[in-house]
Amino acid sequence: MSGRFQTIAMRIAQALPVVMGVVVVSFILTRALPGDPAVYFAGQSATDESIQQVREALGLDKSLPQQFFIYLGDLLRGDLGQSLSTGQPVISDLARRLPASLELTLTALVLACSVAIPLGVMAAKKPGSLQDHICRVFVTAGVSLPTFFTGILLVYIFYYLIGIAPSPLGRLDFLYIEPDHITGFYLIDSALVGDWETFFGALKQLVLPAITLALFTMAPIARMTRAAMLTALSSDFIRTAKAAGLTNSKVLYGYAFRNALLPVITTLGMVFSFMLGANVLVEKVFAWPGIGSYAVEALVSSDYAAVQGFVLTMAILFVLLNLIIDISYSLIDPRIGFEAQS
Amino acid sequence: MLSIKNLAVTFQTRKGPVEAVRDVNLKLAKAETLGIVGESGSGKSVTSYALMRILDAGGSITAGDISYSNIDLRNASSKSMQDIRGREISMIFQNPRAALNPIRKVGLQIEDVLRRHSRATRYDAKEKAIKALESVQIKNAESRYDAYPFELSGGMCQRVVIAIALACDPKVLIADEPTTGLDITTQKTVMDLIKQLSAERNMSSILITHDLGLAAQYCDRIVVMKDGALVEEGNPAQLFHHAQHEYTQKLVAATPRKGVTIRELLPKNMQLEEPERPAIGAPLLEVKNLVKTYKGKSGPVHAVKDISFTVKKGASVALVGESGCGKSTTSSMIARLLDPTSGEILFDGQNLAQLSAKSFAKNDLRKDIQMVFQDATDSLNPRFSAQDCIEEPLRHLTDLNRGSRRFKVDELADLVGLPKTLLSRYPHQLSGGQKARVGIARAIAVDPKLLILDEPTAALDVSIQAIVLNLLADLRAELGMSYLFVSHDLHVVQLLCDEVIVMKDGQIVEQGLTADVMQTPKSDYTKSLLEAAPSISNLITNNTPNPRKGEFA
Repeated sequence: MSGRFQTIAMRIAQALPVVMGVVVVSFILTRALPGDPAVYFAGQSATDESIQQVREALGLDKSLPQQFFIYLGDLLRGDLGQSLSTGQPVISDLARRLPASLELTLTALVLACSVAIPLGVMAAKKPGSLQDHICRVFVTAGVSLPTFFTGILLVYIFYYLIGIAPSPLGRLDFLYIEPDHITGFYLIDSALVGDWETFFGALKQLVLPAITLALFTMAPIARMTRAAMLTALSSDFIRTAKAAGLTNSKVLYGYAFRNALLPVITTLGMVFSFMLGANVLVEKVFAWPGIGSYAVEALVSSDYAAVQGFVLTMAILFVLLNLIIDISYSLIDPRIGFEAQS
Repeated sequence: MLSIKNLAVTFQTRKGPVEAVRDVNLKLAKAETLGIVGESGSGKSVTSYALMRILDAGGSITAGDISYSNIDLRNASSKSMQDIRGREISMIFQNPRAALNPIRKVGLQIEDVLRRHSRATRYDAKEKAIKALESVQIKNAESRYDAYPFELSGGMCQRVVIAIALACDPKVLIADEPTTGLDITTQKTVMDLIKQLSAERNMSSILITHDLGLAAQYCDRIVVMKDGALVEEGNPAQLFHHAQHEYTQKLVAATPRKGVTIRELLPKNMQLEEPERPAIGAPLLEVKNLVKTYKGKSGPVHAVKDISFTVKKGASVALVGESGCGKSTTSSMIARLLDPTSGEILFDGQNLAQLSAKSFAKNDLRKDIQMVFQDATDSLNPRFSAQDCIEEPLRHLTDLNRGSRRFKVDELADLVGLPKTLLSRYPHQLSGGQKARVGIARAIAVDPKLLILDEPTAALDVSIQAIVLNLLADLRAELGMSYLFVSHDLHVVQLLCDEVIVMKDGQIVEQGLTADVMQTPKSDYTKSLLEAAPSISNLITNNTPNPRKGEFA
């Protein structure tokens, strides 16, 4: 087992150059964008002098290499800088908003999987059957409708017409008090302290945006499950299992499904990383204080520190995600020697 | 005990229904071993899948009855079929490694079956699974219990498959090409094991194979199938000495065996006079102290250890050995697709070992050394027509223009006996034999001096193999090429080659004229190879009348 930890450490070390590259590129790209934050933040009635003052205060009068090394030094101390638009340190902004995005994305993913994987398996059991076609129509419809549209549609039906959903305004209705920050996930935090009222309050807020996102992501998961199951089911070892008289469910789930998991997990990883960065539209529709909307706002206002902080966080997340996927590969498939790759 | 009456199986395909098996009648007595012999597409496997009711999607039994101990298998509910499979009738398959779940410990796979048929509980399943492994003569069964299929050799995997099949003491065992893909000595041990276990348990068995020799050696009674129908039935000796049906006669004739010439493999009406071969000349290829060492995870792997041999102009030399003996590595080095670690490859006096494999494609000598590959299907680009495949080397290695290349391709097609109308077809539209011809035409397109044949007939049916071997003999006489024939089968190479080199573990264990090696092998390894190969001639020479005659013989 020590070999495995060593490999994980090794893998993280290998990711360092990637993170370094991201730091450099995000720094240069933000500087290359048109727009001058000093002008933006000095306000409408600013004079040239006050703009110059703001510029000096921000350190933007220094040369680019100088700015870069200052940024690097701050980074090493764990300081991501100050967001200009929120006035808060970027790190505390991210610490508040990242869990919001993660909570939404993970819930959506679990939801999507719990529908899409059984659908895919069902479709693969009888390709060309009615179930197969229903599955295809359902997931195609889900992916064809843009998320902001499904989002608004759901809000219209469940909040405006039927009135069973709460108003789409963030993670928690103002009637409730935010749970103490433990993990940042409202559901988990409130459950941990046993505050079920808040738990259900947060859950209610979460349902619609999570369904919106899940509808969109079901298609790739269901498709990949179907394809992988079809491949697995036509393998020789399935015939052996059948010839040995194993029951259908054992053959389907015990033998075929576990073998089909690898490509499904790969897809999950891709979908997850895509969702996390790209669910701005859903966050906007539901006024969800997530990391996506934060990044877009920062980008519009040339809020350098916030943008860089966002890009760096995402890079680190992706590195961790890939590591998790690799580890789960080696847990599922003994042929993939995790240790051998180092 | 088991009887099949007028069985017909139909598959629904895009081109409409295809009758894979029609009007098949079989009976299997207690403790009898029945062989079903036939070439690919003869319906022999489909028959067995039908009786197990594990036909692939689209296949269905359209007529006939199958009964086992008075149970109607055709109309049994799928639930009772599941009870019968594995407990009453078991099956083992070809390609044992693929036949096992790749990500489940073999011990657990045996446990699954034991527990499914209530032969074990959660508490004693492991113990019984280990016993099952021991019963198929797996050493260290306890530690093998935790092994995954990829950690075991092919022969070992087949033993596990057998252990799964026999775990619940079935009364009937169906073996579908159980030794295809295994080495010849492994084949013998696996077949002997099946035979021994069947005898011990008084089990009936059905052996499905394309190999007449194998069936002759292990079966009490044989039926021959062709195009989905039975053509002949009888005990082995009778079938091979006095085959009634034309097709059986053709199959028997096409099976390589001791003491036949290459022409005798063909049906009588195709046996033309063997053409005169050009005289064997000076050495063309001299391999001296050739070594190939790979870096392995646990130390270096010595694939080829210091071998030397010579191929003379116009001569044919066979490189024979089992998988992992280094024969393919050697041929790849000579074909200059792989760089040797050390040693010399003198070709027409020039040392090729000094030229790197990467740059050899641009060398003028590339034309002189060409290869025919093992798998005729996989070695053709699926998006190239036969014409394109044959033209490809001409485009890269000669300066012929488009028109003369076309002309040359037509000529080559004639030479290898490929009808010109097939030239526009793609590989999937060609039969196995036709694909083999395309592969050969491609290799000889640039008039090579040395042709390396890497198991060119391993994937072919015997009757096609006979034709391809004869084609190779004709081409050799006509074009004066030298052959380096890489194969695992001594009986095949003896038909075509003047000299034989036997390799084992990267070394040459025996080397000499074909007749000498075949008749008076010096090394024990060559002897074991020759002995392990089942062949009809064995049956003819030690022709003891079979004690148990089939009921329909």
